[in-house]
Amino acid sequence: MSDLTELQASALVAISAAASVKTIDELRVELLGKRGKIAAAMATLATLPVDERKDFGQRVNGVRDAITAAIPARHEQLAAAELNQRLAAETLDISLPPATVRTGKIHPISQTIDEFIAIFGEMGFSLAEGPDIEDDEHNFTRLNFPPDHPAREMHDTFYLPPRKNGEGNLLLRTHTSPVQVRTMMGQKPPIRIIAPGRTYRSDSDQTHTPMFHQIEGLVIDRSTHMGHLKSCLTEFIHGFFESDDIPLRFRPSFFPFTEPSVEVDIGCSRADGKLLIGNYGDWLEIGGAGMVHPNVLTACGLDAAVYQGFAFGMGVERMAMLKYNIPDLRTFFAGDSRWIEHYGFSVWDLPSLVSSPSLTAGAGDLRPVAGGAKK
Amino acid sequence: MKLSRSWLNSPRAVDGLSFGESDEVIAATLTRLGLEVEQLTRRGSELAPFSVGKIIRAEPHPNADKLRLCQVETNQGRQQVVCGAPNARAGLTIAYAPSGAVIPRTGAVLKPTAIRGVESSGMCCSGWELLLSEDHDGIIELPGHWAVGTPLAEALGLNETVFEIATTPNRADCLGVAGIRRDLAAAGLGRPRPLAPLPPIAEAYPSPIGLRLETGAESLCPYFTGRLVRGVTNRPSPPWLVELLLSVGMKPISALVDVTNYLLYEFNRPLHVFDAAKIRGRITVRRAQEGESFTALNGKDYQIPTGSVVIADDAAVLSLGGVMGGAETGVSLDTTSVFIESAYFTPSAIARAGRMLNLLSDSRSRFERGIDPQSCLTGLELATRLIIELCGGEASGVVTVGATPPRPQPIAYDPMLVERLGGLAIPEAEQESILGRLGFGLVKGTEWQVTPPDWRGDCRLPADLVEEVLRIADYDRIPLEPLPRPSGLPLRAIGLATARQMRLRRLLAARGFDESVSWAFVSHGDAERFGGGEAGLVLLNPIAADLSDMRPSALPNLLAAAGRNLARGESRFAQFEIGPGFRDASLKGQRNLAVALRVETDTAEEWLSTESDQTGFFAMKADLLALLEAVGIGSDGLNFERGAPNWYHPGQSAVVKLGHKTVLGCFGVLHPSVLSDYGLVGRVTALELEIDALPLPKLRAGKARPKLEASAFQKLHRDLAFVVPRDMAAGVLLRAARAVDRSLVAGVTLFDLYQGAGLPEGMKSLALRIVIQPKTATLTDAEIEALCDKIVTAVE
Repeated sequence: MSDLTELQASALVAISAAASVKTIDELRVELLGKRGKIAAAMATLATLPVDERKDFGQRVNGVRDAITAAIPARHEQLAAAELNQRLAAETLDISLPPATVRTGKIHPISQTIDEFIAIFGEMGFSLAEGPDIEDDEHNFTRLNFPPDHPAREMHDTFYLPPRKNGEGNLLLRTHTSPVQVRTMMGQKPPIRIIAPGRTYRSDSDQTHTPMFHQIEGLVIDRSTHMGHLKSCLTEFIHGFFESDDIPLRFRPSFFPFTEPSVEVDIGCSRADGKLLIGNYGDWLEIGGAGMVHPNVLTACGLDAAVYQGFAFGMGVERMAMLKYNIPDLRTFFAGDSRWIEHYGFSVWDLPSLVSSPSLTAGAGDLRPVAGGAKK
Repeated sequence: MKLSRSWLNSPRAVDGLSFGESDEVIAATLTRLGLEVEQLTRRGSELAPFSVGKIIRAEPHPNADKLRLCQVETNQGRQQVVCGAPNARAGLTIAYAPSGAVIPRTGAVLKPTAIRGVESSGMCCSGWELLLSEDHDGIIELPGHWAVGTPLAEALGLNETVFEIATTPNRADCLGVAGIRRDLAAAGLGRPRPLAPLPPIAEAYPSPIGLRLETGAESLCPYFTGRLVRGVTNRPSPPWLVELLLSVGMKPISALVDVTNYLLYEFNRPLHVFDAAKIRGRITVRRAQEGESFTALNGKDYQIPTGSVVIADDAAVLSLGGVMGGAETGVSLDTTSVFIESAYFTPSAIARAGRMLNLLSDSRSRFERGIDPQSCLTGLELATRLIIELCGGEASGVVTVGATPPRPQPIAYDPMLVERLGGLAIPEAEQESILGRLGFGLVKGTEWQVTPPDWRGDCRLPADLVEEVLRIADYDRIPLEPLPRPSGLPLRAIGLATARQMRLRRLLAARGFDESVSWAFVSHGDAERFGGGEAGLVLLNPIAADLSDMRPSALPNLLAAAGRNLARGESRFAQFEIGPGFRDASLKGQRNLAVALRVETDTAEEWLSTESDQTGFFAMKADLLALLEAVGIGSDGLNFERGAPNWYHPGQSAVVKLGHKTVLGCFGVLHPSVLSDYGLVGRVTALELEIDALPLPKLRAGKARPKLEASAFQKLHRDLAFVVPRDMAAGVLLRAARAVDRSLVAGVTLFDLYQGAGLPEGMKSLALRIVIQPKTATLTDAEIEALCDKIVTAVE
């Protein structure tokens, strides 16, 4: 009798004293298993007198029930404690940096060209491209440069040997106008193209590099005139600088390939040695333009009595420098990681007039910093 | 071209125009006429500390041969000034800078100092230091009548405004002040003064010097005129002339020379004066023979290009026609008789000669842009008149050879063209008035006949007249008119190739490479090393020796940039460039390349990585696969072959091909010798991708996608290990396994490579995981077994 009482008491003590899930599992086997203590107690039932059996059996069942109830409770308790312990042991230093996944930056020249494409694309222009190595014919002659024009001189233009004996020297295009020539020669008006690309001039100082980028535009049809030219460039400037408060000035100038010719100025301020674009009373030249010269139309196979239109050209680096306040032209080509990190653009800054809150919108513009200019 | 206010309003101007408008109005009008005022300077304030001084005594410096010790009378009393100018001498009236003055050219503040042990206070200035000219051979010599202490700006005629005008090449006529006055007057500025008629010049005797124009030279110098003036006394020019010349930065020399410079600047009429006593026989205009040389007025000797036009006497070449006179027959203060040349030289002849001689002069720049071809005789008259006025003497009759070039032809002009090209309707009367004010002759009819004035040889076409009318009318009057939109929606601005290139650019940046833009030229050594150096791509006139060849690839530029960045202490470098690489000079020789370079000198974060690519090869391979995938090229059709160019590590580089023929590019670890040449260490990998070689997808009309076939049955996988020789490529194994029963095998990946203990010598173990996707029914064990057997057979 007292054996059973003791069995229950000692079992419950052992269960509550168990320190691990493993011990509990061992206790379960020791107490409730086929060869366990409860089973052993029950085995003695047969040795008892018949009238005691029922009572004994009930008491054994009582002990088994008590133990059976105690084990899962303790098991759960211990499992929870052990899990907590494991979790505590697995604690990380959450301040350790993750694997560095550096994202590179887009060069301001590419970004600026993409911006040009976004704006002029909305105005119905499409992109045209041509080779960097050109000949005199496409770079000068068909563009109405007279034979002795100084731009043809060796100190202005880079020359390469001729392709074949008897041919003239090849040259590195000095502007992207050969693309205009190739376009006019290869397609019937109406024409509306922009031609960005590398251009080369034999010049190297603080403000000139032997290679730079230009973007030119060409519109040819039967009726495009200087009013369209003024409007087109005004819309472009307002779109590019993202401000309608920039005055433009169109003044007479001279280029061999346009007549009448204009130079285009935009409003600026130079007060305190700082250049600001806007309606401030001073002027800054940004490019040349004009009505395509009749001689150029003729040289490119178009009837100058029927077709007319305008062309314009701008420096890509210069426009980038003005918009983003980048101080030094030479740094564009130096491959300095600090420079590109600072002046470059996020891959997400996809220029668009329609799908962005601003022309070049993205992470850059989500920073809480006012203005487009870089510090 | 510099235009001073005093020259603009010169009372000597024969057009009689003077301008009362403010500097600002004049500047704004010039700019809107196409004569852009780049700078408007009022030198008076800048030159305020400077004043007129007089050298009282000039003695040799005790300790230096080339220096002189000058006692200078100044507004601050007598000062001792050490001066190195060869023309510093007693009695000279000079430009004095006191201590404390800021020298305009250098921005330096002048301080009292000791030069070779002798005290020196202040400075005698040259025109160079004061930004008046490029001449720093000597100090400024002022006319003697200026009193000591007079503000220098006043003595130099600079107490006024100078407009710096950017004259466009077509407006040679505005290289003379008279031409600028004409444009301003056409725009409604200024007022004419009444002019007294000029008396005719008395021709006292026939010219004793004859002229001859040699056959063959007429095309270079169609017309040549001249005359002798004898009994002249050359002397310094009078103050009005000296001040005019100084006001635009020209150096007064002597009356005879100054007269020619005055007329050059006033009328865009270059002239030349010879000391007639030194002319032997008659003057011949001819082409230079081979081997002729001469000493020019600037003191330099020149080999005259054969065939260029020279002015010669019976003995020698006197001057390079239209470019520069000769030293031998130049006038001096001793000259008593002078032969005046007023000629017309063909622009192309002068441009060619000047270019070959590399000789710049005011005369050359005017002739090569084109002066008024009809101005020879009027120029000669004006010069004669001024020389007699300033130097006395009597003039001979005029001698001429050749003929004046033809005058401009009338242009058939439709006044409606202004509106058609310019977008601004300008009434006929206004157009007529504008053209008239500019000197154009006009005969009206159904079509107008407009004859440009002699000085506007640049106007040849109706479009030129449109520009004339519009620029005087004002470009600002042209109303803005938006370009018509061809359709409601904008057209597509870029094509597939451009879009693909934009995507590659942004993907490379997203994968950690900064974009670079670098020179399209490299050194010849770099070109040869990286697969270029072809003779047709070597520039004839490179800007620097190390920028001599069109680059075969941007790789050498990226390597050099990496070297520079690492030298600054950076531990990693990753940049790319999308741009041209040149194979040859043909149109197809220019290839569009994406080139990327990555350099890592330190290990990655060790707490993060359990295994790493020791070479960086596979990181670059991953970049390459990502780029190709972004333009629609999956890894299935790709072949990675050995044989990358020799700037790569031969065992850790690959040529990537689409199929077996189309080379898309190469990538891998760079060769150790390249690393040492560029001072690079660490893991250095590169990728060169030929963008133009990537096949363009065909644009499909429809955008509908095929139906998704998602299997209802569970995927299962089986792992198979193969022991193969070490030099067997895993790719071969993978390809073989993938080729088996594509209806069931959804993928084969390599998950383990083992080579070490437990394997036979020279063998390795490759473990493949086969992913099986049943589509119609669950597979039985036997079916799976059979499939695996097929794979094992295929691989073996």
